[in-house]
Amino acid sequence: MPEEKKNLSTRRDFLKTSGVAAGALIGGGLIGGLVGYNVNDNKSATTPKGTSPSDHTQHANAGFQFFKNNRDFEVLSNATERIFPKDDLGPGAIELGVPYFIDRQLAGQYGSNSKEYMHGPFAVGAPTQGYQSRLTRADVFKQGIEKLEEEANKRFDNGFSSLEPEQMDEILTAFSKDEVKMSGTTAAFFFRMLRSATLEGAYSDPMYSGNNNMDGWRMKGFPGHQMSYIAVIEKEEFQKIEPKSLGSM
Amino acid sequence: MATTLPKVDVVVVGLGWTGGIIAAECAKAGLKVLGLERGEARNTEDYLKVHDEYRYAVRYELMQNLSKETITIRNHRKMPALPMRQLSSFLLGEGLGGSGTHWNGHSWRFLPYDFQIKTMTDEKYGPNKLSKDYLLQDWGVTYDELEPYFYKYEQTLGISGEDTNPFWGKRAQPFPTPPMKKTPILKKFESATKKMGYNPFMLPSANLSEPYTNPDGAAINSCQYCGFCERFGCEYGAKSSPEITVIPTAEKTNNFEMRFRSNVVEVIKNGNKVSGVKYLDTLSGEEFIQEAEVVVLSSYVMNNAKLLMVSNIGEQYNPDTGRGTLGKNYCYQILPGATGYFDEQMNTFMGAGALGMTIDDFNGDNFDHSDLNFIHGGSISITQTGSRPIETNPIPRDTPTWGAEFKKNSIHNFTRTLGIGTQGASMPHKENFLSLDSTYKDAYGLPLLQMTYNFTEQDRALHKYITEVTQNIMKEMGAKTVEGKNPITDYDIVGYQTTHNTGGTIMGASPDNSVVNTYLQHWDAENLFVVGAGNFPHNGGYNPTGTVGALAYKSAEGIIKYSKSGGSLV
Ligand SMILES: Cc1cc2nc3c(=O)[nH]c(=O)nc-3n(C[C@H](O)[C@H](O)[C@H](O)COP(=O)(O)OP(=O)(O)OC[C@H]3O[C@@H](n4cnc5c(N)ncnc54)[C@H](O)[C@@H]3O)c2cc1C
Ligand code: SF4
Repeated sequence: MPEEKKNLSTRRDFLKTSGVAAGALIGGGLIGGLVGYNVNDNKSATTPKGTSPSDHTQHANAGFQFFKNNRDFEVLSNATERIFPKDDLGPGAIELGVPYFIDRQLAGQYGSNSKEYMHGPFAVGAPTQGYQSRLTRADVFKQGIEKLEEEANKRFDNGFSSLEPEQMDEILTAFSKDEVKMSGTTAAFFFRMLRSATLEGAYSDPMYSGNNNMDGWRMKGFPGHQMSYIAVIEKEEFQKIEPKSLGSM
Repeated sequence: MATTLPKVDVVVVGLGWTGGIIAAECAKAGLKVLGLERGEARNTEDYLKVHDEYRYAVRYELMQNLSKETITIRNHRKMPALPMRQLSSFLLGEGLGGSGTHWNGHSWRFLPYDFQIKTMTDEKYGPNKLSKDYLLQDWGVTYDELEPYFYKYEQTLGISGEDTNPFWGKRAQPFPTPPMKKTPILKKFESATKKMGYNPFMLPSANLSEPYTNPDGAAINSCQYCGFCERFGCEYGAKSSPEITVIPTAEKTNNFEMRFRSNVVEVIKNGNKVSGVKYLDTLSGEEFIQEAEVVVLSSYVMNNAKLLMVSNIGEQYNPDTGRGTLGKNYCYQILPGATGYFDEQMNTFMGAGALGMTIDDFNGDNFDHSDLNFIHGGSISITQTGSRPIETNPIPRDTPTWGAEFKKNSIHNFTRTLGIGTQGASMPHKENFLSLDSTYKDAYGLPLLQMTYNFTEQDRALHKYITEVTQNIMKEMGAKTVEGKNPITDYDIVGYQTTHNTGGTIMGASPDNSVVNTYLQHWDAENLFVVGAGNFPHNGGYNPTGTVGALAYKSAEGIIKYSKSGGSLV
């Protein structure tokens, strides 16, 4: 993406020439919003332990449809990366573009629960009765991310994205066990949704902005969209097939 | 004010398999048929870009939009019922083809035992095998009476199969097309079950093994094993669906018209007849009254029951008194099974919706229940439907569900895990029923349908027993780790189980214990027919649609006869 590269260097130049130390950028505002486009060699002590800012620079369509500030987006990014981390098998959630996938989803039908029954009266109900919140997924994510940040500050006196991976895991575990209080929904519910959305972003067709380069599929041995297996389905041996996306049709 | 529209011979509410079959048969017989469908038209050309797990399998693109209408659910009468806000446990259909567009295509005939379950159970085990709370009853028809209709359905769809199962009812004709390919995964199951003394056979499939033209002239292509079948439409026209079979057959006659985005809200009753239906154009909001000589409800289990309830046709079942038949005998499906983790990689991502092998050794009364605390059983199958990566993340029970360990395990096991599943029978219980909700409403101001349902002792016992059988098969298949399904406790609306809901508008030999007769003609309104799995007095040990289809063909015959001579068909 030559276009992207040009933009990046413009921002890099801006950062360089603005005379502001990189560390001071963290924490929001116009300048903080550029951190996501920061450069590789910027691993100073104040760089968040979580997302390496450079991780997002690969993404073809960076930009927010739902999120507004970079801090929230980084909290989401780091949480998804803990759920689906980079390892020797291949990329984690961030490199796969999962945070961008979630951003897009929250901005659309998924985020506004437009195909679901959202009329009251609302009651908590039994677990066997399923989702009963008055909140949309967008509401739940927004609040959940605030709560992750809040919990990080409470427990470690630091922003979520600045925590050590083990500290992030501690907080995510507390959410998964419903030990954090949320309003109109539960932490466990938010966590389950976050986990599902992470996997959805890792493994859906790349047109949804996740599964970057089909690497999610490649790791898993899933060939994506293939027209037919009729010629190979009776074969004993495992078939390694280079994946194809719908866009390549 | 509703606009009244000119009378037609037959109005069909809902255009899935049942609506499509009735429409085709009646239109062929020269009746003027109108199909009203709340969803949209769709066809094979709409499925060309369908290999998209996220949109179709996860976000349910082809299924019912719950923002307009859903049901409420409670496990028992003391619990406040709450709306099913998201699809999960079952996936309701919407649009041309209904669920027949995105079904798997397992195509079964219920066992002879199913149709006479009360008589045969009592004969063999005495009248107290199950407590009085289980409302077991015969269906009013026998397998032998239904045999020709089963075949008609199978011929229309071109079902691929082999008649080697020693346990099912006698077939007068061979399957229209040969069985699907026996893959290495299926062969593992075959040799294990054979070794154990069971009788494996290829699962009868509506994903066709070869190109086929049905007796009505509709062509179905041969399956490509593309792995995007269950929850997807078939881009090859190789999965038998209403929109490539019965619908074009009806259209060819020039006696058939379809109106989409037409949501029926009432069946209009006058004395012992109905005069038509009221529906809304969901775009303009306009109301219409469509008059008809015959009204056919084919809007699936839920709305067939609901439309009768809101239209005050028939008597609502009351679990306190046992009076009333409408809403009675709601059943589901019990799903015992086992997962096996293997060392070797297998082509789990290839497959077709109905590619599988089955044993019936533990179905119906094919095994002795004298020393067991349940009746019936289920068909046990291995299926290779095509694993997809978002929803298939197999991990042994002690593995974390997120993080590094999860990632490693779920990726490793994606191509190394097999499942054995059972379509377990579900027996009616006096506390499981459908009624109208008194709080929640749909987009048209009608009360939502309310489901009161929980698993019973019978269900739990069946589940436990058959799960053990499936675990043993999986061990024999060579899995290094085998996990049986957790014992069932309370019915939970979360997590897909199966779209095999049954009952609520049951059929039978007498108006005292059924809603419709054996032609699915309503006991209280002779020109009203109610068609679907709602007619089942209990759910058997197979997927339902083969039996639904046979009943629909029998009903169509009844409607045609009624149109000539009127009166009760029984
Ligand atoms: C994922 C999946 C897999 C399945 N696999 C199998 C299988 O392998 N084997 C098997 O036997 N069965 C299977 N089934 C079940 C099978 O699909 C159904 O039993 C069958 O399609 C039901 O047909 P039907 O005509 O009764 O109802 P539907 O197909 O649900 O059709 C009813 C139609 O009525 C319309 N409608 C409803 N209310 C109204 C209204 N008020 N006004 C106007 N229109 C209305 C709906 O929009 C819908 O199109 C599966 C189901 C699902 C969801
Ligand atoms: S598996 Fe076969 S029948 Fe199913 S969608 Fe693919 S080609 Fe069609």
